Amino acid sequence: MNERAEFVMPSLGADMESGAVAEWLVKPGDRVRKGDVIAVIDTDKATIEVESFHTGTVESLLVGTGRRVPVGTALAVIVGIPPAAEPVSPEPAPAQPLRKRARPRRPTPARLPAPGAPHVPSPVASPLVRHLAEQRGVDIARVRGTGPQGRVTRADVEHVEPSPQAKVSPQAKVSPLARRLAAQFGVDLADVHGTGRAGAIRAQDVREAAERGAGPRPPEAVEEATRPPAEQAEARAVPEADLERRREAMRQAIARAMARSKREIPHYYLSATVDLTGALAWLRERNRDLPVSRRLLPAALLLKAAARAAAEVPRLNGFWIDDAFVPGKAVHLGVAISLKGGGLIAPALHDAARLAIEDLMAALKDLVSRARTGRLRGAEMTEATITVTNLGDQGVEAVHGVIYPPQVALVGFGKILDRPWAVDGLLGVRPLVTVTLAADHRATDGYTGGRFLGIVDRLLNQPETL
Amino acid sequence: MSAATTTYREAMREAIREALRRDDRVFLMGEDVGAYGGCFAVSLGLLEEFGPERIRDTPLSEAAFVGAGIGAALGGMRPIVEIMTVNFSLLALDQILNNAATLLHMSGGQLNVPLVIRMTTGAGRQLAAQHSHSLEGWYAHIPGLRILAPATIEDARNMLWPALEDPDPVLIFEHGSLYGMSGQPRPGPVDITSAALRRSGKDITLIAYGGTTGKALAAADALSAEGIEADVIDLRVLRPLDDATIVESVGNTHRAVIVDEGWRSGSLSAEIGTRIVEQAFYQLDAPIQRVCTAEVPVPYARHLEEAALPQVPSIVAAAREAVAS
Repeated sequence: MNERAEFVMPSLGADMESGAVAEWLVKPGDRVRKGDVIAVIDTDKATIEVESFHTGTVESLLVGTGRRVPVGTALAVIVGIPPAAEPVSPEPAPAQPLRKRARPRRPTPARLPAPGAPHVPSPVASPLVRHLAEQRGVDIARVRGTGPQGRVTRADVEHVEPSPQAKVSPQAKVSPLARRLAAQFGVDLADVHGTGRAGAIRAQDVREAAERGAGPRPPEAVEEATRPPAEQAEARAVPEADLERRREAMRQAIARAMARSKREIPHYYLSATVDLTGALAWLRERNRDLPVSRRLLPAALLLKAAARAAAEVPRLNGFWIDDAFVPGKAVHLGVAISLKGGGLIAPALHDAARLAIEDLMAALKDLVSRARTGRLRGAEMTEATITVTNLGDQGVEAVHGVIYPPQVALVGFGKILDRPWAVDGLLGVRPLVTVTLAADHRATDGYTGGRFLGIVDRLLNQPETL
Repeated sequence: MSAATTTYREAMREAIREALRRDDRVFLMGEDVGAYGGCFAVSLGLLEEFGPERIRDTPLSEAAFVGAGIGAALGGMRPIVEIMTVNFSLLALDQILNNAATLLHMSGGQLNVPLVIRMTTGAGRQLAAQHSHSLEGWYAHIPGLRILAPATIEDARNMLWPALEDPDPVLIFEHGSLYGMSGQPRPGPVDITSAALRRSGKDITLIAYGGTTGKALAAADALSAEGIEADVIDLRVLRPLDDATIVESVGNTHRAVIVDEGWRSGSLSAEIGTRIVEQAFYQLDAPIQRVCTAEVPVPYARHLEEAALPQVPSIVAAAREAVAS
């Protein structure tokens, strides 16, 4: 039996709302395997290569190049072999934003935000449109609304290809609150047993399903759903991505993410000064016999130390979602990279704690160059579990950073400076770096943060172990 | 102020007495308010105390004496006009709608009408269809009016003065079944802008006003015995409605029962239900329930009248349905 799957505009970051296909790397009839890069997507921030999450044959391309479409829009249809025939992936497809997940501002599941407080509803659609979506087997959370305030209209639903299996039976009754909670908790309504009249699904049923484990979705699929309605409407526009507009859009995207961070995350800040005498000596020794192209930079040491420390302090490596800490499965180290045209991007170095230092250096070079030329991959944009920012080359001494939600920590490195420093009762001139940690006080306390900085210090003083 | 036991009727009388004492411009006018002491004995003794200039019996012509009240208000007085029941107020509807509620607008903001009209409303006393209807919802439809429905002795005692201070017409609906209610009022003042949460619960919101407030509270007691805890909102002000209180409560309980002694079609309950859907749709976890008067002229026979009106068991049943569905 053949399975039809949609390849949708992925969410390549908490702040991404729309994107355009810059280039199709496949055409109808091509065979693709899961993980193959099949399209290049222009986002507000960068040009990113996006992998397929399905194995099969490309049946049709639904969206041409250059057309800006909202996240979640179907871009192509891939007819594949049944999933059973595929090697089972141990982890869910990471960057596939199947559903918006509304994040409550004060996410206490039992008591929802007071109506006066701003809250994030699931996609706005009238009961009629929801009913229609159910009948057609369309997951309304995947439909980007084109109506006023981003409302999902009847036409929006009718334009969506029905998903292979309808999520909820056409007869299912679900209260508006239950729908909203299901979206918030990432609960699939098909897994929920309704206890109301005629099997209606009510809020309590969703809460129980959430506790049973029908959710939450893994953090990789979490997507920020907070967005001003005006921008939802704007996302439909279909202009060529001219640089000025993109710069503006990136500014807006950063503004949203950072404003959310400062609004929601109670940051605490710690700093420590680390003596790099030993580390730099080790580095010089190591680099002496290597060709320039393979030499290690101090940045690689700093990143590796941060990654290792994050692995040792797992409470700082992960996400704060729905009032709870969700640990990262590995240390995917987000590296803040400033772009030439202005703006910032923080793609992930995968499994950085376990990369050999040479491999980390190579991966870092590759990442920086692709970020600056705009060729990042989808997973790199979504999977970072902790972020490092290094403003040392700007001459900055210490960075008190803003956490990239829903991560819970941001590590900052300043410039390595020669300074007077007392060692064993004697004053000497030593290369020092100020390491800072901005961490989410909901997830950890200062003690944990202090431990992290202590480990960074220890590791940088044992560079041979890195 | 003393906390002595008093009745709704006496509290209302005390409120009129206080107003007459505080402001020389205040006078009471209506059918049988003087020598007879008021059809519901609210103004009993006031003629003797304040004299016929300030406690004025009128001919049986609602259009004439409401019109006279509007004229007096325009002329600088602060009249309290009593209409025997809301059924009879229909004779004065032209004056209330076309003059009292409209003159400020028609005069380009020059003419306020600082008039207070009190009238009895509601059923439950075997007075038959021409004396028993609850038409306050009709008045709550009219821009330019403020509509009050005191359901407690405190509100009976304390709503009149702020109503007289309002520069625009205010209608006070006194449910006929409440006059004999007794209790110890807390001293005022009270506002005439907001609804009141008379009881707090987490499972359902019962929304009532005037004569149904007590029934809603009794229903909440019965529900509590079943483990269903209810918020009970006394609307107090039927126009403008206090949406915020309603929406906040429904935001907490996610279910609502609206109790309205008016007829269901085109009623206040319809308006409130719509506002909940407009403003709190995504908070709702069950269809809104309504308990209204049967759509018949209110019957005379006791058992039929009781069957036609919202009652504690029907409110309890609606709440159970909302919690179950």
